Order: sequence, then C-alpha cells, then structure tokens
Amino acid sequence: MTIGLTHYLVLSAVLFCIGLYGALTKRNAVIILMCIELMLNAVNISLIAFSSYVVPQLLTGQVFAIFVIVVAAAEVAVGLAIVLAIFRHFKDIDIDNINLLKW
Amino acid sequence: MGQAVAFWIMAVVIVGAALAVVFLRNVFRAALLLILCFIAVAGIYITLSADFLAAVQILVYVGAISVLIILAIMMTRGGIQKGSPANKLRIPAVIVAAALLGILIYAVTTSTWYISPQPPLTDTTGPLAAKLFSENGYILPVLIGATLLLAAILGAIVITRENKENKQ
Repeated sequence: MTIGLTHYLVLSAVLFCIGLYGALTKRNAVIILMCIELMLNAVNISLIAFSSYVVPQLLTGQVFAIFVIVVAAAEVAVGLAIVLAIFRHFKDIDIDNINLLKW
Repeated sequence: MGQAVAFWIMAVVIVGAALAVVFLRNVFRAALLLILCFIAVAGIYITLSADFLAAVQILVYVGAISVLIILAIMMTRGGIQKGSPANKLRIPAVIVAAALLGILIYAVTTSTWYISPQPPLTDTTGPLAAKLFSENGYILPVLIGATLLLAAILGAIVITRENKENKQ
C-alpha cells in the first residue's frame, strides 16, 4: 500500500483535531499555546503535502508553510509574553480565573 | 516502500505525542513530548521531500519555540497547582473535535485530488530562494514578514517589561 496525498491529509486532520480539543479544554494558558502550535503544524503538513503532490515543481505550498512558520514564531513570542505579564499581575495562569474581559 | 515505513513511524509518533501533550498532567513532560512531536513533523516533511522546510522546522520549532515554551513553563511555576486540568467544556469539546475530524476525513477521502505525475523537486533550497526573493516572486510578503517579526519582538519586550511606575 503506497502512501498518497490522502494519508498525509488524514494525519493532518487528526493532529489538528487533537490540538483543537486541547485548546478548547485546557485551563493552563501555556498548554493552550502548545495546542495552537500543534494545530499550526497540522496546517503545515497539509500545505506541504499539497505542494508535493499537486504542484511538485512549483513549491507554492512550501512558501506558504514558511510564512505560517514566521507568523507562528511571532505569535508564540507575543503569546508567551502576554502569559508572563498575566502571571506577574495575577500570580495565576488558570484561564478560568482570568475573566477581566467578561461582563 | 521506505517512504511508507517512515510515514507510518512518524505518524504514530506524531499522534501519540500530540495525545500525550493534551492528556498528560505534568506540564513539563507535555512540553518535552511537544518537542518530540515537532521532530516527527520534520520527519514527515522529509518524506515529502521538503528538505529545507524540515531544517527550518528543526531550527524554529525544536530550537526556538520549544525553548520559549519551556522558559514560560518554568517562569510560571506555581501558577496552577494541578498541572494541566480540563475545564467544564470537556464534553462539548470532544463532540466538536470528533465532529470536525469526521467531516474532515469524509471530505478528504471522498474528494478526488489532482495528483501531478511529475516527481517532486528533491533539492528545494535553491528553488525556494528563487521563489521567495525574485522580482515576480514573494519578495513583498517576505518584507512584510520581516516587519511582523520585528513588531512581535518589540511587542514581547514591551509587554514583559516591568512597569516601574506601578511598583510603588
């Protein structure tokens, strides 16, 4: 049984849904950021799989994956900075207790 | 054949490590397994003959983002006592994630993809550079990405800086 595009896309879907479940249920803010990284990796897998199977000579999907990685690096830097600022202010990173924006 | 074996090993490692990230109680072990997951994703890129992206994945995710995450875990120690507990949304989240997974797998397996008969490029670094930096390529998004990274670095510094006026 040869590995085709479908295998990679199913793997990407499984990884994305695991990350989605974690991002929805976890209360630790750092774990939520880690789950978002999992979801971004799932997107990268599917982009590169499309690039390698559909347009193998053009590399368009790989260029997109590079930009996804750039944005993910920026996102995790700012996200963890926000988590540290919240921790310094509240002495807590439990998302359920941080409800400043709730009314 | 070799690609199939590598794919299945990497897929099992990725899914197992991702499940461990979500379900482990110990936050630090979850971060270590997240690094394992990133490395296995780099292996998946190699099976797709995306060698440059695999190197970038190792450098950026395994090298930089994991260090940031571990640093954040160590600096926020004591912020949450019970490790990584789940909130009240557990059952709806399971339903949403399972429904999305079902829809995605159904859509992926039933649609017919156009598969190019050409083999993929094996040495991608030079063509990627030509695509990214050429006149009719992606030079403007590259510059915007550089600006975004600069803004993110400055933003992270400003957000984490101790506010001296508020101290007294």
